[in-house]
Amino acid sequence: MTAADFALDAVLASVLPFLAWRALVTDLLPKAVVLFIAFGLLSALAWARLGAPDVALVEAAVGTGLTGALLMSAFGWVRPVQRSRQVGLPYQKAVLGALLLGFTIGLGAVILALPRQTDGLSTEVLTHIASSGVSHPVTAVLLNFRGYDTLLEIMVLLVAALTVKSQVPRGTFRADAHPEGPLLPALVRLVIPGLVLVSGYLLWRGSDAPGGAFQAGAIIGGGGILLILSGSIRAPTLSSLWVRAALVVGPAFFLAVAAAPLLAGKALLEYPPRWAGVLILCVESLLTVSIALVLVLFFPAAARHRPAGSSPVEREQT
Amino acid sequence: MSQWVLYAISGVVLFAIGLYGLFTCEHVVRKIIAANVMGSGVFLVLVALARRTPSGLPDPVPHALVLTGIVVSVSATACALALAKRLERAEDETQPCREGQGRSDGA
Repeated sequence: MTAADFALDAVLASVLPFLAWRALVTDLLPKAVVLFIAFGLLSALAWARLGAPDVALVEAAVGTGLTGALLMSAFGWVRPVQRSRQVGLPYQKAVLGALLLGFTIGLGAVILALPRQTDGLSTEVLTHIASSGVSHPVTAVLLNFRGYDTLLEIMVLLVAALTVKSQVPRGTFRADAHPEGPLLPALVRLVIPGLVLVSGYLLWRGSDAPGGAFQAGAIIGGGGILLILSGSIRAPTLSSLWVRAALVVGPAFFLAVAAAPLLAGKALLEYPPRWAGVLILCVESLLTVSIALVLVLFFPAAARHRPAGSSPVEREQT
Repeated sequence: MSQWVLYAISGVVLFAIGLYGLFTCEHVVRKIIAANVMGSGVFLVLVALARRTPSGLPDPVPHALVLTGIVVSVSATACALALAKRLERAEDETQPCREGQGRSDGA
């Protein structure tokens, strides 16, 4: 590792906690959210430095992009807070700080005592990857070796979409966005075809390069949110049959593919080796649709709603 | 000090900062940001530990775990924001004489 590499890593590793601290102590809430978004983008850079491009893609799209958009859309309903107030008496905060400092030092010592080099599970993965149906190790782990985790994760996404939609009071609707100028719709018209292309490419390449269902779904979800913000489409509601069908098709197909070997007397998720690649690609394609729709459903539920029948009023400045 | 040690220590510090913010910040959106920071710290430690292979190719299993973790933490953030919004609406409804009652959106 050259000196320049080390310098870059040292700067990144020290800027990340600094940005996080600033995001939490800064006085205005919008500043905090913007600092958090910057923190997320720099952590995507840290993943890239650590040789984890899949994680970097998902973090940039979902962890930073979507979370930042969700937090910003919350400004529509939070009570404006001018100064950051903290709870707790000074001595309580001092005790908490001391405990956390001790915890940090202890955990740091544990990490420094770990073996410097170890293979972990990478040898097992590389030994069996030929029979997994894909050639990219992370995709093989996600969709085949640890497919059970991914199956449950998809169900968690589904439950989360239902949860956020259940908090919307009955009879309200989200008014269409009316962007104030022609710039956003024009930008959206230019960008959406490219987004669809990039997402399809990432989905296809997921079998032998970083990519896959989550990255592709996150990019299409982001595109969907852009379309809603520019007023081109209406926010999807769960009352529509198409939305329900698209939401369920990914998890249902994955569940069917996972459970089908049980009928043949084999174990859960034991794909037949000849068909593993094709099955994984089909599962990922349908998962992309469902993931994108879940991410789009998260977004309007976090923003302001209007009761049905009220006349549209000017948006108040928050 | 190798690369993975740097990022692992950074991840631990991030977790501690997030936990402190979770306890001391009063506003609910800041608490949600603090929880996300904690999650990022954990993921950083996991991916840093995956970097220790002698062959140079990182261990793919922690990468898959972190991928799952990021998606689940976004779901949790969305649920937390929806519930926080519901909480604020419930508080507004139980205090009819507050100045915020004049809003027409009922949110």
